Amino acid sequence: MNHSNAMSASAARRGSPAARWLLIALGWLMFLLFLALPLAIVLTQALALGVGPFLAAIVEPDALSALRLTVLAVVIAVPLNLLFGLSAAWCVSKYEFRGKSLLVTLIDLPFSVSPVIAGLIYVLLFGAQGLLGPWLDDHDIQIIFALPGIVLATVFVTVPFVARELIPLMQEQGSQEEEAARLLGASGWQIFWHVTLPNIKWGLLYGVVLCTARAMGEFGAVSVVSGHIRGQTNTLPLHVEILYNEYNIVAAFSVASLLLILALCILLLKQWSEAHLDRQRNSAAEE
Amino acid sequence: MSRRLSPVIPGFGLTLGYTLLYLSLVVLIPLATMFVFAARLTWHDFWAIITDARVLAALRLSFSTALFAAVINGVIGTLLAWVLVRYSFPGRKIIEAMIDLPFALPTAVAGIALTALYAPTGWVGQFATSLGFKIAYTPLGITLALTFVTLPFVVRTVQPVLADFPREVEEAAACLGAKPWQVFRHVLAPALLPAWLTGFALAFARGVGEYGSVIFIAGNMPMKTEILPLLIMVKLEQFNYPGATSIGVLMLVVSFILLLLINLLQRRIQTP
Repeated sequence: MNHSNAMSASAARRGSPAARWLLIALGWLMFLLFLALPLAIVLTQALALGVGPFLAAIVEPDALSALRLTVLAVVIAVPLNLLFGLSAAWCVSKYEFRGKSLLVTLIDLPFSVSPVIAGLIYVLLFGAQGLLGPWLDDHDIQIIFALPGIVLATVFVTVPFVARELIPLMQEQGSQEEEAARLLGASGWQIFWHVTLPNIKWGLLYGVVLCTARAMGEFGAVSVVSGHIRGQTNTLPLHVEILYNEYNIVAAFSVASLLLILALCILLLKQWSEAHLDRQRNSAAEE
Repeated sequence: MSRRLSPVIPGFGLTLGYTLLYLSLVVLIPLATMFVFAARLTWHDFWAIITDARVLAALRLSFSTALFAAVINGVIGTLLAWVLVRYSFPGRKIIEAMIDLPFALPTAVAGIALTALYAPTGWVGQFATSLGFKIAYTPLGITLALTFVTLPFVVRTVQPVLADFPREVEEAAACLGAKPWQVFRHVLAPALLPAWLTGFALAFARGVGEYGSVIFIAGNMPMKTEILPLLIMVKLEQFNYPGATSIGVLMLVVSFILLLLINLLQRRIQTP
């Protein structure tokens, strides 16, 4: 290959310098317009009246109880879906059975169901006029407009996250190491703890991080089942809505910026686990 | 019945059993309840509910704004994926990390932030006002909100395929005299299309069902800027369960038909 051909080959991959800078500028413009501006406006609106009102809106009792409820929902929903994700990924990646692709489709199903429908189905099942409503009423159990409903709705919308990260990762890694461990006499649990888990830990963290983000921010599904009782069944995103609808803009954006800061922490964690995942893949490829 | 890949690894019964039980309890039985409720209605009643003018207007609005948002993302997402994979430039790492912000940010926060931006007096909205049109409280605002919420889908599906594409193929095309644009059009685009379609379908499905980010910016005027999920909410608040259930079933069925079509299209492309 002579010099000019080499030049044109690399140009084909990268485009002419003018086109390159135009595309980079467009990329930056899209980033600023679609991602940076929304982020900036949350912070400026929250601090519009200074730091005092900002802090006051966050330490106010209703906001704190909303924060507690959000944390509680996350702490229950994420481990449940973590366990489910591990179990689903194990059976999909280690065995061959009839109906496997149907199972994988069903795992992804909650992603294509509107959050409002996710809330609706629990109201139809557990609500006062729902299928199990009379029975629950007789036994004095309340699910809708109470914590269990909020947790269930959160679980529904976050079902696929961990499984979706783990299934391709575990399929890619294969089963040789587990088989070797088995032949050396390890039990199922020993194989899982000492062979599989170390191999999938970064992918697992990645899935958990995404699951946490969605669980923390879920709005539509939780809004249907919560009943919006201030100080009792209000999560942080619902609290933002109430404040906003009361034209308490500074307070709404203050609570929103708390969620924004949590979202940025989640992005950092995500980057970190992704970097480890890449490094692991590269070293596996070198072997 | 089952042929196991690794008959020596224990846990098949336990993991498959737990997976099926959990999916049934959390997802399948509750979803089936909605169809049980819908089956209590006569066909006539169901048809009357879903052909109501207000429902049809919401249906049209939800699916058209989600479609537009997916198309916009098809373009912006491909551009961002391209820039992130092919070029190194100042700020690349920041953009790369921030692409997923819409997934990490609660949708209600996105909703009020975008409303503040695009309202007639907002940072961006004021320019639209001086040009004589409105963004917030119109279908355009809804489309923008959906574009924001679904922004990562196309980028994240196209990006890995673009990164793994063998450079020799493009160089060969260039050595044979193809212009950069022709290389993209005839060599890269066909290879990227399946992944692009996946991203497009995910963005579209998410957009149709999206609620939190839209209700703030939509204005929620019946017949004009009322989306389907909101209409379900309205019916629920009136304790109109047949209405809410029928619209829910309608939404699920239409989305599944569209996703199925996209899937078929994708298979057709992958096996020429």
